[in-house]
Amino acid sequence: MREKPVNHAGAAVAFIADKPHLDFHDARLWDMRQKRDAQMHLLPEWQDLRSRASAIKEHALANLADYLEEFERNAKSNGIHVHWAADGAEHNRIVAEILEARGARTLIKSKSMVTEECDLRPYLAARGVTVTENDLGERIQQLDDQMPSHIVVPSVHKLTSDVARIFARSYGTDPNADDPHQLAEAQRLAARPVILHADAGMTGGNFFVAETGTFVVCTNEGNADLSATVPGVHIATIGIERVVPRMADLGVFIRLLSRSALGSPITQYTSHFRGPQDGSEMHVVLVDNGRSARLGMADFWTSLKCIRCGACMNTCPVYRRSGGLSYGAVYSGPIGAIIDPTFNERKYSTLPYASTMNGSCTNVCPVKINIHEQLYKWRQVLVEHHQMPFVKREIMHMAGKLMGQPRLYRAAINGTETALGTLPRFALYNWLNPWGKNRELPAPVKETFHSWYRRNRPTAGKATPETVKTETKA
Amino acid sequence: MGMKIGLFVPCYIDAFYPGVGIATLELLERLGQDVTYPTEQTCCGQPMTNAGCVSDSAAAEALFVKLFSGFDAIVMPSGSCTHHVRAHFDAIEQTDAVRHVRANTYELVEFLHDVLKVRDFPWAEFPHTVGLHNSCSSLRALRTASMSELGEPAFSKPKTLLSGVKGIRFATPARPDECCGFGGTFSVTEEAVSARMGLDKVRDHFHAGAEYIVSADSSCMMHQQGCAERNHVDIRFIHIAEILNGARQ
Repeated sequence: MREKPVNHAGAAVAFIADKPHLDFHDARLWDMRQKRDAQMHLLPEWQDLRSRASAIKEHALANLADYLEEFERNAKSNGIHVHWAADGAEHNRIVAEILEARGARTLIKSKSMVTEECDLRPYLAARGVTVTENDLGERIQQLDDQMPSHIVVPSVHKLTSDVARIFARSYGTDPNADDPHQLAEAQRLAARPVILHADAGMTGGNFFVAETGTFVVCTNEGNADLSATVPGVHIATIGIERVVPRMADLGVFIRLLSRSALGSPITQYTSHFRGPQDGSEMHVVLVDNGRSARLGMADFWTSLKCIRCGACMNTCPVYRRSGGLSYGAVYSGPIGAIIDPTFNERKYSTLPYASTMNGSCTNVCPVKINIHEQLYKWRQVLVEHHQMPFVKREIMHMAGKLMGQPRLYRAAINGTETALGTLPRFALYNWLNPWGKNRELPAPVKETFHSWYRRNRPTAGKATPETVKTETKA
Repeated sequence: MGMKIGLFVPCYIDAFYPGVGIATLELLERLGQDVTYPTEQTCCGQPMTNAGCVSDSAAAEALFVKLFSGFDAIVMPSGSCTHHVRAHFDAIEQTDAVRHVRANTYELVEFLHDVLKVRDFPWAEFPHTVGLHNSCSSLRALRTASMSELGEPAFSKPKTLLSGVKGIRFATPARPDECCGFGGTFSVTEEAVSARMGLDKVRDHFHAGAEYIVSADSSCMMHQQGCAERNHVDIRFIHIAEILNGARQ
């Protein structure tokens, strides 16, 4: 059975209908974009940093196998166990085996988009492991049984009143108490005993360094450190594209990451993990899950430079007005729209069209991914792979033919040609109908420019270009 | 005598905004240019290519090259069509004629600003407060103005031109670079988001005190005007060519 493509446009209708949520979401993310701009203006070297970051990533990706092996060697000599996961299933199996070997039944986990990719939580739940997210936003999403809607601020689509209701359901707090401080305190009280008694801790990783065999986790809540310091075992799941060659490279990215993401100079916590605590184990699971294949895609491989700052989402006018969940994918927004189709072309075939291709995403990207050009390219690939809906494909085909025939085109513009080729009129008009749902049509005019020109410049315009050329020379 | 200029009038301007085509033609003639509008023209092919259907643009692109390759310059009052011709005319074989067309196609503002280097429009007077809307193609592809995301030194070719018009005042919207949501077929396939973006855009200009939204792109304004009218936002729309050609309102 063919999977149905994500209905982004439909989900956006519902998102937009809810004005308080829409307004908050748009304003909150736009505020992050503005704070990012303010940080950029403070650094005269901003564009140079972007170029350096892009160059380092491209170099690392071009030599990926070497740097991965260098990391593995150095990490092992630091006492870290290194695992290789070809896909999500292998990743989940590895994590479950590590936990099982220690008899761990509770796992405290900080935010990791790769574990979302792998669908780790349900896998572990089915094996009797209780997973508790300890990033506040991620925990809210977990309690509400939703995917993160943003890669940095996972519950940004929710108001505090929504959180109050979720906490009331899960923690028995007052459903009407939506003061952020009270809510944070409720989460603190609920999380603390879980953290203290957890059997194992898990984190993601923002960067790993080949030359040192170490990895870095950036958070603002310090939650990754709470996961990592659980006695016993620390598992870190990291995508293979997150490698940087040298420790010296890291500064470029640390300077860009939080400025791009939140408009703050640096994350509150930038933790370097160099090896296990005394008496504990440290495991790094390096996940491929389609990345090697993407590296081989000439038009799309640079999407692997992404450092998951979310700047493209914050600036995206479509994302701000449709919400991350409308993308129906782990990765939403502009970066999601170019990554998701590599996981499932059919399911995510609509996402490259959830864009006006305005290009703002490309301009804010700290590692200079040409996001809007990849959106443009994806559309071609999807058409070539027959992923465009039939009616739209036919309309484009017909329009293309019409545009090549001046007389037929003119007749169509003048309204004297009613049968627009072979497509039934109802299909064409149904397709164009949405224009008028929330918008007026342009007012009818007395005459087209074309007929005005023929009346007012009666001798001009019929000349062929060759004669024009001749006249020019004469 | 000026150059031999081929005037391209985008399909939606031909059909819905003939005044914009007329203003463009008259303005170029007023500036001493020899302008011809080849009457067999249709469309640049952009709608098909932007949807991903590149091969379906071939007929439109071939016709365009046939009609325009004999001109010294091709000028059009549209940023997105210009961008398409210049950057995306890939559906046909790249002959000398195609290369000539790609290299010599200009959006009206950049042609006036960069090629003719006009700064004064003594015949023009527009004693109104206007909000300037740059289409994303004009802004981020043709780069007719500085982009807020890059923190580059501020410049704006359309504003420089409009500053040569007597009496004009500028409103400053809060999000000058935000896309208005037209996006070609996006306007129908993502109708809800598109219309919401359009409404937010016209409200931003209205609250900044603009009586008019002025733009070099009629497609954005067709969409914005539809959103403004449906939601009773009291703001009017005018193409930059009309102001520069001396429209009085």
